[in-house]
Amino acid sequence: MPKTKAKVTDDSSPELMIVAKGLTKTYGDFVAVDGINFEVKKGEAFGLLGPNGAGKSTTMKMIASTSQRSGGELTILGKDPNQHGPEIRAHLGVVPQQDNLDRELKVWENLMTYGRFFGLKSAWLKTKIDELLEFAQLEDKRNVKTEELSGGMKRRLTIARGLVNEPEILMLDEPTTGLDPQARHILWDRLFRLKEVGVTLVITTHYMDEAEQLCDRLVVMDKGKIMAEGSPAELIKTYSSKEVLEVRFGSDNNKTMAKQLKGIGDRLEILPDRILVYTEDGEAALKKILAAGMHPITSLVRRSSLEDVFLRLTGRTLVD
Amino acid sequence: MSLINTGVDSAIAIAERRRGKLGAALFAGRPESVFLRNVYALKSSNWLVVLSGFVEPVFYLLAFGYGLGKLIGGITDASGNPIPYAAYIAPALLATSAMNGAIYDSTWNVFFKMHFGKIYQAMLSTSLGPLDVAMGEIGWALARGFIYAVGFMAVVTPMGLIRSWWGLMAIPAAVLIAFGFASVGMGITSYLKNFHQMDWVNFFMLPMFLFSGTFYSLSVYPDWLRTIIEALPLYQAIAMIRGFTLGYVDGALVGHILYFVVMIVLGLLFTTKRLRALFLS
Ligand SMILES: Nc1ncnc2c1ncn2[C@@H]1O[C@H](COP(=O)(O)OP(=O)(O)O)[C@@H](O)[C@H]1O
Ligand SMILES: [Mg+2]
Repeated sequence: MPKTKAKVTDDSSPELMIVAKGLTKTYGDFVAVDGINFEVKKGEAFGLLGPNGAGKSTTMKMIASTSQRSGGELTILGKDPNQHGPEIRAHLGVVPQQDNLDRELKVWENLMTYGRFFGLKSAWLKTKIDELLEFAQLEDKRNVKTEELSGGMKRRLTIARGLVNEPEILMLDEPTTGLDPQARHILWDRLFRLKEVGVTLVITTHYMDEAEQLCDRLVVMDKGKIMAEGSPAELIKTYSSKEVLEVRFGSDNNKTMAKQLKGIGDRLEILPDRILVYTEDGEAALKKILAAGMHPITSLVRRSSLEDVFLRLTGRTLVD
Repeated sequence: MSLINTGVDSAIAIAERRRGKLGAALFAGRPESVFLRNVYALKSSNWLVVLSGFVEPVFYLLAFGYGLGKLIGGITDASGNPIPYAAYIAPALLATSAMNGAIYDSTWNVFFKMHFGKIYQAMLSTSLGPLDVAMGEIGWALARGFIYAVGFMAVVTPMGLIRSWWGLMAIPAAVLIAFGFASVGMGITSYLKNFHQMDWVNFFMLPMFLFSGTFYSLSVYPDWLRTIIEALPLYQAIAMIRGFTLGYVDGALVGHILYFVVMIVLGLLFTTKRLRALFLS
């Protein structure tokens, strides 16, 4: 009887937790995921960044072995989800986009029943639940009905529930969407701790700051396709400049002013409400603009972010 | 703190043990974990609803068996022996309550869990299979059917309404009936898309209750109508339990039992198929 770690059952590298090649999902004629390739290595935090409808959740469900792929190859810990769905699901912790906690049960009962679904013994689960409640900072909510928890607490409980089977891979679909900033930071902190103990994280988000904070490596997705791949720093380096100068001339004037801005910075991006000037030195660019006699209503110099990468790749902003 | 794989028997080891076994993708061998979830949920549920399943048939028995029964007097069986009216309808009420309990559990409760509570979605993102879920849920309906049947028998036996030792068999018979209805009910529910469609289930159940030989013998019907009613599950259920409580044990009982075995198998088949299509495709 295998005691601890699962043996990887075929000859693919044990360091690769997930391998997708040409992975595709169609719903009727609609292609939700369009032949994507990626790999997730052991212990890394891997991100899927993209706007709503990009195909992130669909990809997550295929990995979680609750949705069958329409084409391509997918291997999770060396196993094919089409053949070994239940086995793969035993390796995974899943935090779906919409919480599916059991509203009829109390907090600890949610963890107990979920553990039992995996076949884990209740004596073992009792200590595990104490540990998980502490981890999720929910010790004082142990006997509370799930529906009485705040959004952030529900999310933490869902994460705790996803950890009950001690998974090697934790899948988090938009873990902080809809949470207030404080709740987000608590959650990020918990996810960092998981990373520290070696849990592989797969995270989807449409928040670039979240992707930058949490992910070692990510893919940028749009309309079912992967647009780019790399660490946040690499992506910014490849697709954007070091700094961005944001200037506003008022919605009606942005277009005309853009013409006059030509030649300043490496590249311009004209949005409905502002103009982005991509440059190595934002202050210098601003000086040039002022010297040329233009007077923006507001101006802001910031570091380049994944939002800029996304804009560059797709011509659209991430969250509208 | 260690969060990865500290369990002696890890979830993975447990799941891998089923590798290569027949139906490993559909069944993890743990329907009891689904059943257990319902035990936890029951503790905080509405006890009035639970209790009403028990008192309802008793009320019917008092109103019709004794109230109306006074006017009717008694009726006679096929060989002309007199039977008190209450003893005649008691088994039918037991069969009906087994049906109602099972249908309630497998339609309203299952529909809610499936579409609003997302309970099955959560279950099927663990290493459970759809057949575990179907069996666990149906097993729950059975346990309930069993408790109600025992309760009902405990009331009617001292009233002298069970006229044969075969009457003891009414309890397993009620469980079989609940099994059949729960299984088919869950199968049907898994195809329904909204609450509105569930009204059709009720629309069908009330007339079935009234006309399936519950309160009078089918001999009052013309032959063609009789044939239709005899093909309906509640008639089969009533005939089975009545056979036991009145002590008329013959070959027809085997037919009634087989009828329910077929219902169980078909219901499980469709439910498993449908759960898989809904949550794992
Ligand atoms: N079950 C489904 N049936 C039909 N279309 C779907 C289904 N699930 C998702 N889609 C479509 O697939 C696309 C990708 O969805 P999704 O993966 O949820 O995107 P994301 O998580 O990136 O917001 C969307 O256009 C969505 O409408
Ligand atoms: Mg999504």
